[in-house]
Amino acid sequence: MSDAPTTFPSHWKKPPLVKNSTLRWGLILGFAIYLAIGLGTMDVDWERAWDGIPKGKRFILAFFPPDFSDSRNVVLDGILESVWMAIIATVAGIAISVPVGLGAASNLAPKWVYLFCRAIVAGSRTFPEVILAIFAVKLFGFGPFAGFIALAIGTIGFFAKLLAEDIENMSASQAEAIKATGASWFQWINYAIQPQVMPRMIGLSVYRLDINFRESAVVGIVGGGGIGATLNTAFDRYEFDTAAAILLIIIGIVMVLEYISGYLRKWVQ
Amino acid sequence: MPLIETSDGPVWKRRTTKKQLAIWVGWLIGITIVLYAWILMTEETVWFFVQDAPRQAMDIGTRMVPPKLSYMSRLWLPIWDTINIATLGTVIALFIAIPVAFAAARNTTPHFLVRAVAIFIIVSSRSVNSLIWALILVLILGPGVLAGTIAIGLRSIGFCAKLLYEGIEEIDHTQVEAIAATGASRPQQMLYGIVPQVLPTFAGVGVFRWDINIRESTILGLVGAGGIGLELNGSINTLAWTQVSMILLVILLTVIISEWVSAKVRGAII
Repeated sequence: MSDAPTTFPSHWKKPPLVKNSTLRWGLILGFAIYLAIGLGTMDVDWERAWDGIPKGKRFILAFFPPDFSDSRNVVLDGILESVWMAIIATVAGIAISVPVGLGAASNLAPKWVYLFCRAIVAGSRTFPEVILAIFAVKLFGFGPFAGFIALAIGTIGFFAKLLAEDIENMSASQAEAIKATGASWFQWINYAIQPQVMPRMIGLSVYRLDINFRESAVVGIVGGGGIGATLNTAFDRYEFDTAAAILLIIIGIVMVLEYISGYLRKWVQ
Repeated sequence: MPLIETSDGPVWKRRTTKKQLAIWVGWLIGITIVLYAWILMTEETVWFFVQDAPRQAMDIGTRMVPPKLSYMSRLWLPIWDTINIATLGTVIALFIAIPVAFAAARNTTPHFLVRAVAIFIIVSSRSVNSLIWALILVLILGPGVLAGTIAIGLRSIGFCAKLLYEGIEEIDHTQVEAIAATGASRPQQMLYGIVPQVLPTFAGVGVFRWDINIRESTILGLVGAGGIGLELNGSINTLAWTQVSMILLVILLTVIISEWVSAKVRGAII
């Protein structure tokens, strides 16, 4: 015991997140420089923003009380249209995603199919639904059909990617066992792969329905129909109390959907 | 997994007859809902436009090539603005999301009423799209980058706070208890017991959201909130299709680069 230290360090410091000190200070310094340049070039019209504050106050006051009366039934129609649009877009998107997802899984598909399907996924994932909706409106005319097309394409990118990743992560031994029984390709998919990926996919499809409903509120702004179109009209007519009611209804429905999807996911797993 | 005895011996089926029937009824209900929705949705569709779509697509497609490369000189500033909107918006969101997340996590919330308020903030921020936030903010603050940045910030609070508070709820409690056993106060417990555990999650969520925000900020210009969407809107409205394809190309490249950066950074943290 004689060589035990007689004095103990009285201070202790938390270990930093980034261990390499050069890298840590480099990151901090780099971010500070970026922040300075970014804020410097932002070109904000502060006077206009300052003028906006009393305007904003009046504007927010105009939101209250929200007007739920909906005398011309436009809000109800818009919500229903959004719901139908979201349902069909989800179903159609998933129906197309299944073959694309199977093709985009590297352990199932041959190389050229894999690359082709990955290209579809990447293509439909890059552009936000709103840009897709702009083009869909140009091609299919105003209305929910254009919104449906935009949302369905967005769904493909999301769902096929996650399905492919799930298939790539599945346990290979089960797939091998089914193959050893002499199952055909379809039997193999049906009995070896589908049961492994199904629980997660059900959860994801409810989640995607939730996303599609939320997105349907914005594709309407560019002409894709649904509650977004109603909301945009309300803003254009300065009917802010109706707009507030629409926003609250959207929040309410999303809350309910989120609760249902959470419950369903727990139930499936 | 029932075996059914028949005259030719046992036959294996995946499900019992009853279960199979229930699944078929489920499918029937699902298909009915979809068909009904389809009928309602297509009521107002003008099929002439839909039939015309392939021709229109060809038409626009041929007008879009080749992309007008010389237009790039006018795109540097808007794309810089777009990146700024996404980055600064994410920073704002993270600053607000931290207290909200601590208030929303079951193990750190001071009171269940505070938790309810925090959850409401998270849900309302998540359910209103950034484009709608931008629409409102442009009316208040005037068109420009500031409205876009705040819109992205407001939209991201919910996302960041939700993932963060789930991270806080999943921490290892023995570490917090160990810190508490040394006689640390509650803020000290948080700082030394909880924060080090959630810091990697925090950084990961920030980078992940930044990547999403780059994608979202490209469209904010459609309602006047700055960035490359402003140019996109202008080009579409003036039917300058070669400029549109150039802008789409730039957006594509930016998104791919940001996705790559985000994947690299998250790989380094986790």
